[in-house]
Amino acid sequence: MTLFQPGHFFYEVWIARGVLLSGLAITIASAISIIAIGLSIGILGGLCLTYAARPFRWAMRGYVDLVRGTPVLVLIFFVFYGTAIIGIDVSPFLAGVLAIGGFCVAHTAETVRGALESIPQAQSDAAKAIGLGFWGRLIHALGPQAVRRALPPWINTAVEMVKGTTLLSLIGVVDLLLAAQQAVSRSFMAMEFYGACLVVYVVLCLGISQLGAVVERRLAYIRY
Amino acid sequence: MQYFFNWDVVWRATDKLAYGLALGLGMAALALVVGSAIGLGCALVLTSPKLKVLHRPVRWYVEIIRNSPLLVLVFFVYFGLPQAGIRTLDNIDSFVLTLTVYAGAYMTEVFRGGLASIPARYVESGMAIGLSGRQCFFFVTLPVMFRIVLPSLSNNLISLFKDTALASAIAVPELTHTARWINVQTFQVVEAWTSVTVLYLAVSYSLAFVLRRIERRYAVIR
Repeated sequence: MTLFQPGHFFYEVWIARGVLLSGLAITIASAISIIAIGLSIGILGGLCLTYAARPFRWAMRGYVDLVRGTPVLVLIFFVFYGTAIIGIDVSPFLAGVLAIGGFCVAHTAETVRGALESIPQAQSDAAKAIGLGFWGRLIHALGPQAVRRALPPWINTAVEMVKGTTLLSLIGVVDLLLAAQQAVSRSFMAMEFYGACLVVYVVLCLGISQLGAVVERRLAYIRY
Repeated sequence: MQYFFNWDVVWRATDKLAYGLALGLGMAALALVVGSAIGLGCALVLTSPKLKVLHRPVRWYVEIIRNSPLLVLVFFVYFGLPQAGIRTLDNIDSFVLTLTVYAGAYMTEVFRGGLASIPARYVESGMAIGLSGRQCFFFVTLPVMFRIVLPSLSNNLISLFKDTALASAIAVPELTHTARWINVQTFQVVEAWTSVTVLYLAVSYSLAFVLRRIERRYAVIR
């Protein structure tokens, strides 16, 4: 049983299994929350960018451009330290998820806007001609087409968000990366632990890309 | 507890901020240039039927790098390579190396897309006026491809510049690291992060402005 003696990688992983698994759970939980925030508010933001009255559209445009022009890491530190200054006690996890979620909102909104604007005007006109109101047009005519156009870039955004959760480790959230880092500081096996980490992240991200590809194929029954 | 604004701490750190900005831009530019060379090489491999054996390793490289978080790659290179006996890289070198490999994977996709989107008639016209295969490549395919991928190149430069923020995690004294420094030295949290955010925005958008002009100058007429 030399594999499970002190000083061997498997032994070190076994010793650290609790923190590694909870780290993985934190990584997955934060990724899901970020994507949920991004999707729900981002779609509304995209509609706002495309159809809202000018002041709202400008406000949203300002937000999107501000967030997209700044590194996520800076946003995370800003939210994390900034909330403490205005007297709200926010946990690192919540601060990080809000910051990356806000970043996801901006990217999703931009994707949705691009998808909606790329649909030919004739589609909207035809829907108007058969008497659909704004929401009817959106749900029955433009929505289904926009989803098909927005999906490929949005899947990329989702993968970026999973990759972005590693930044939570820099404000002290014990996600998979920080759990691995703690194991490294005990065992000095940097290559093994960070390598294993890479494998996990690659599997997660490739999983999402594959899932996206499956959904894309399922939706491909209509050709434009 | 009340918070008192004191913007002096930012002005006092001007030299550090300027250095951090220059370092970030320099690392991004270096990664873009070397990464483009890697990307172009890989894209040419992927489009050449003669080098079929290399297609699989190149695809693996691109897929693995594009699906792994930059921060984990940074730690892997910075803490892992010394363990493997390579101890000559300091933190800046190792970050630039990581960013270059990272950029290379993205550039491969960019150039592959660029090569695929060259209209066939361009190459056919080249053949028709009697250029050899090699001449066709250097005088037709390559220049047209560069014009096609120019917008992606500039987007990548800007996003690489933003990615240099991660170098602060291994104590490279770039902009984000400077903000953290001001933060912990003075506790003037809002000033530190606001000034750095404004700097990032200003540089990103002025880069974008300049690059859009260059793109328009070299746009392909289709």
